[in-house]
Amino acid sequence: MPLLSHAPHPAWQRLADADPAAFFPHNLEYSCPARGNWNIVHTGMLVPEAHQIYVCASGCLRGVILTAAEMGETYRRRFSTVELLERDLLLTDNEQLLIDGVTDILEKLKKNQGLPPAVLLFTACFHHFIGTDLSYVYSKLRKRWPGIDFAECCMDPIRQSKSLKPEERLRLEIARLWPEQSATPKRAVCFGSNLPLSKDSEIYALCRAAGWELLDWAACQTYADFQQPGSASLYIWQHPHTFPAIRWLTENREHKAIYLPQVWRSEELLQEFTELADELGLALPDFAPAQERALKAWQELGKELGSLPITLDYTFTLEPFSLARLLIEQGFRLVRIYADAVSPETREDFLWLQEHAPDIELWSAKHPDLRLSENRTLPGKSLALGQKAAYYTGTPYFVDIIDGAGITGWAGQERLARIISEAARSPKDTQSLIARKGWGGPCALED
Amino acid sequence: MKQTARIISTYSADNFGVCSALYEMGGLIVMHDPSGCNSTYTTHDEPRWYSRDSLIYISALTEQDAVLGRDQRLIEEICDVALTHKPRFICVIPSQIAFLIGTDLKAICRLIEKRTGITSFTLPTNSMHYYEQGIYYGLEELARRVIQHTGQAVSHNPPKLQLRLNLLGVTPLDFGPDGWLPAWKTWLRQNNFHLQSCWAMNSSLDEILRSGSADVNLVASYGGLGAARLLWRELGQPYVCGLPLGPLAPTLAQAIQKAGETKQPLLPYAEQTSCIPANAPKQFIIGETILAESLAAALELSGAGHFRAIIPVETDNELLRSDSLRLTDECELEPVLKDAKTIIADPLYQAICPASAHFLRLPHMGFSGRLYQKELSNLLQDFPDLLHRLPT
Repeated sequence: MPLLSHAPHPAWQRLADADPAAFFPHNLEYSCPARGNWNIVHTGMLVPEAHQIYVCASGCLRGVILTAAEMGETYRRRFSTVELLERDLLLTDNEQLLIDGVTDILEKLKKNQGLPPAVLLFTACFHHFIGTDLSYVYSKLRKRWPGIDFAECCMDPIRQSKSLKPEERLRLEIARLWPEQSATPKRAVCFGSNLPLSKDSEIYALCRAAGWELLDWAACQTYADFQQPGSASLYIWQHPHTFPAIRWLTENREHKAIYLPQVWRSEELLQEFTELADELGLALPDFAPAQERALKAWQELGKELGSLPITLDYTFTLEPFSLARLLIEQGFRLVRIYADAVSPETREDFLWLQEHAPDIELWSAKHPDLRLSENRTLPGKSLALGQKAAYYTGTPYFVDIIDGAGITGWAGQERLARIISEAARSPKDTQSLIARKGWGGPCALED
Repeated sequence: MKQTARIISTYSADNFGVCSALYEMGGLIVMHDPSGCNSTYTTHDEPRWYSRDSLIYISALTEQDAVLGRDQRLIEEICDVALTHKPRFICVIPSQIAFLIGTDLKAICRLIEKRTGITSFTLPTNSMHYYEQGIYYGLEELARRVIQHTGQAVSHNPPKLQLRLNLLGVTPLDFGPDGWLPAWKTWLRQNNFHLQSCWAMNSSLDEILRSGSADVNLVASYGGLGAARLLWRELGQPYVCGLPLGPLAPTLAQAIQKAGETKQPLLPYAEQTSCIPANAPKQFIIGETILAESLAAALELSGAGHFRAIIPVETDNELLRSDSLRLTDECELEPVLKDAKTIIADPLYQAICPASAHFLRLPHMGFSGRLYQKELSNLLQDFPDLLHRLPT
């Protein structure tokens, strides 16, 4: 049964009644104060030693500058800006402003801290609208700074609904930084996720068993290290924003790729690992003991939590509906999901949930009515999986994780079950934890 | 101006200044901008966001909306939310792209007002100016409402036992999460002033609408200047600019009394500028105009020598002492600061200051957001500490 703690409300509906093509109509958007998600600044910092330069108006620059500043001194020094002013809309040669601005910054870097090996240059919605000739800009910059790799990034959220999202474009441009090189046999690379794949993932075990080296782009420490992923013979990717980069790599370079979405159910995991084993030229090992251990961990957790209401938001894992189905199948009392869309990969899970758990409340994560606290909290003790669910339901009992914390596989699930158990017992300071940007990354905010 | 910043931050933007100024007024504020852009304000510039509800949203403008002129969607969505939540007013402010394509937000607001019956207006932001400009616009708009309200209201002024003050230009962006309000109240009480309203923290819209009966407006930041000028021109309320810091406090209190009598605006900190010896050490304060200028005057009165204010955000010549500088870019600031003996500024400026200078950290939310929130000073009470931290 749904909790029905509120009268029917435009911010939520029964999951059974939701249209998977569009859960909620377009509306004004509320920005909830949970900040653990990574943004393009955090992701760009995964390219070691690279310098990010953003060219935009102050309103846009402020968020990215302070993202870098909150990552700490080392990261702040890898970030610069060119600020667009009102006169630049009409009176300025914006190609020249870009070239001169980037040049000025690089001259100062040369003098103060040395030139970076790569620059991630972010132009904005503004450049798109006024038709700035970016090809000219980059050709001039590359000629002027031959030792620097330039990545042609964009911070243009106005285009994200019908074109590449800034996060997708960033990953594509990062992939393009890799020079063309022949594929190194038996070298696989996890590419595109913000958080490194957890070391206990069976993906590592499979690669080891097949005699493959498995690198993770999110763990590179130097720009020289960062070149190694460019020579992979197999890219393993999980983050949906990686697709344009993978398409480019497979179409333009002789590399293979395998998509292993962050699914949670045993059947789905087994299917993914079978595909990976085939790709690695390995007979699938016997994973039954690992599956049984994970199942036992979930069952023990189920006994411990009993009928405690659980809520889940889309930031907790890359594939929330897969996890939701696992939880329902294991008998947990999942009462709410906060999400505004379902991925094609987990549409089947969503349809299954509509049939088998129709009364789950499906809440928007950005509906304007959520601004008012009386519209959103969940009375009594509940456990939230994810920061937004914790904020919206008003619970201090929550699992503070973003993007599944890099967990994929049964060993990770065993660990996650322990984390959830601990979270259900120990209240947290929700406000201070969810205020931090870029969960799992560096943070210089004072405690 | 090269418009580049190798290392320093940028100040909060005009649209965020509007949101900050009107946050507690019970209105519906919509930034007409793409999805995601409002998290900047709600993360870095608005310490009230977690614990205090305010109807501030983003329109989630898309490229198709912009190219095809789909304003109808915006109107319908605002009307839906407004009719559900019944805000006191509706304010729709453009960001860069809406400004660039010339969205007619005045017309849109007229349509919204007609459909909802709720007062609706826009303000000329574009996210290419700084927050002080936005606060200025927001509070000036409040002043227009006060003038309308005062014109209609029957005056029931209590006997004038003490001067009644409105405090103009107080937001977390300049004064931190509590607006220094406890310290303001203490100082006002000690000087026998009555706080009629604070624009715009801890006073309701109704309290502000009734503030036309105050005797003097005390302008605490540039953002309050537009409202002060309008109220002086239309209602004859005089204004005084300044902060009661250290030894400047009695001078400010006297100026308020004098303004109450003469009905003329006063700028008491400007009168404190001493003769500057040619070989005086170079000492600078970087920050918002009224804070930087008041602090400079207070430090001089304390015997700390002459301080020159550098104002990187919007300001007005009326507010500046004679040798103040208006500089924003790193390339303009670095040469000026290179021989400095003392610099008082937000910690994010330190990277461009010479190592030989004595640098006093004075975190400013309008610049570094929440990064140094726990280190924010309330100079009404912390002025002696700051003075103590200066080199002897």
